[in-house]
Amino acid sequence: MSEVITMMPFEKNASGPLTACGIEIFQINVGYRCNLECRHCHIEAGPNRQELMPSNVMEMCLAVLKAHPIDVIDITGGAPEMHPALPGFLEKCASLKRRLQVRTNGVILLEKEYEYFLDLYDRLGVEVVVSLPHLDMKTTNRQRGEGVFSGLIAVLQKLNSKGYGHKDTGRILNLVHNPGGAYLPAGQKALEDSYRQALQERYGIVFNHLFCITNMPVGRYRDYLQRTDNYEDYMAGLVGAFNPAALPAVMCKTTLSVGWDGRLYDCDFNQVLGMTVNHGAPDHLSIFDWPKLAYRRIVTGNHCYGCTAGAGSSCGGTLAESCHPDH
Amino acid sequence: MADYYETKDLADFSNIGEYSPKLGEKYFDYYGEAMKAGALSAREKALIALAVATTQKCPYCIDAYTNSCLSLGVSAEEMMEAVHVGSAMAAGMVLAHSTQMRKIIKKKEM
Repeated sequence: MSEVITMMPFEKNASGPLTACGIEIFQINVGYRCNLECRHCHIEAGPNRQELMPSNVMEMCLAVLKAHPIDVIDITGGAPEMHPALPGFLEKCASLKRRLQVRTNGVILLEKEYEYFLDLYDRLGVEVVVSLPHLDMKTTNRQRGEGVFSGLIAVLQKLNSKGYGHKDTGRILNLVHNPGGAYLPAGQKALEDSYRQALQERYGIVFNHLFCITNMPVGRYRDYLQRTDNYEDYMAGLVGAFNPAALPAVMCKTTLSVGWDGRLYDCDFNQVLGMTVNHGAPDHLSIFDWPKLAYRRIVTGNHCYGCTAGAGSSCGGTLAESCHPDH
Repeated sequence: MADYYETKDLADFSNIGEYSPKLGEKYFDYYGEAMKAGALSAREKALIALAVATTQKCPYCIDAYTNSCLSLGVSAEEMMEAVHVGSAMAAGMVLAHSTQMRKIIKKKEM
């Protein structure tokens, strides 16, 4: 690709290699199966994907979590709910008394087969992260499928009725915004204000926080950029918006991403690209080694510019200083 | 003429202080203050800027503020409404100038 030749390597722009400063978030991808096929999905998830985390890998996850002081268990997919063993796995995760969150596409919770997760999440105190790309119905449906917007409104109202998203209930409902095209998201504060006002006024919906996530130029989104002749401009935009101040808080510094097969990655995006942890860190749960993983050198590529553009981006939204780079 | 209004020139905007850095700095300070969220939100200001950009027919500004509006979650319909506000204002300004024409007609006609 021409951009590989012309683009300044990420590590050079970052003035050297990135190093992790602990593992605060254990992000577990339980599989790529999903009831939706969103056009921006970097995982390229869908109903026909067969990758599902085997039970022995789930047990390895639990063993690592039991043995180490990791604050957050962050479960993602695909649609995690489509993993048949998720309920039992969630029970075991919840018993570890860590912050436990599930990233859901939301609309799956309207399906008869999966609606019981609403009660399960509530009972276990699971924090729910729902993807709501846009306040505009057409834009959301264009990205995620016909009828998804109205489904999401119904699900958010159900979650609200269980106390989710309300202050002081202990039931956390966070939303995710990501751009519906070849552009970067604006500042999180401005978008969160818009979401809060519009959802309250139009649908009576409340939520805790909005995470703004930049679309990564990998998977289906990269295909879209290339097909529409937007790839070069998008990458130039990411590189042009490179913000060194976002570097100390990029998610890979405090996150370890576990693939469905137990392989270890610096982030979900590296997972899709098949770039396991490296530089001497063990690349599978079966050979987990805390010091080598917690302070590993991070594997980077040009897609990393997606996390350092503008105010920065992570699975938790716009970045804030969370650890010292030299820690 | 072929070099006028190239898309890539938008990226050169940050260099307009060249040859006059002090004034350039003053301009960017002023621009930054004027455009940041205040009593009006960043969203409202981006829509005003987009309407101005189209009425003033500045291709760089149209590019910049269409993208800003998209980033801020503004829908296509909202952007088009803002453009119509600019368009209606421009039409009104043209029509308002017919006052002069109408006064002359009334003076000259028997």
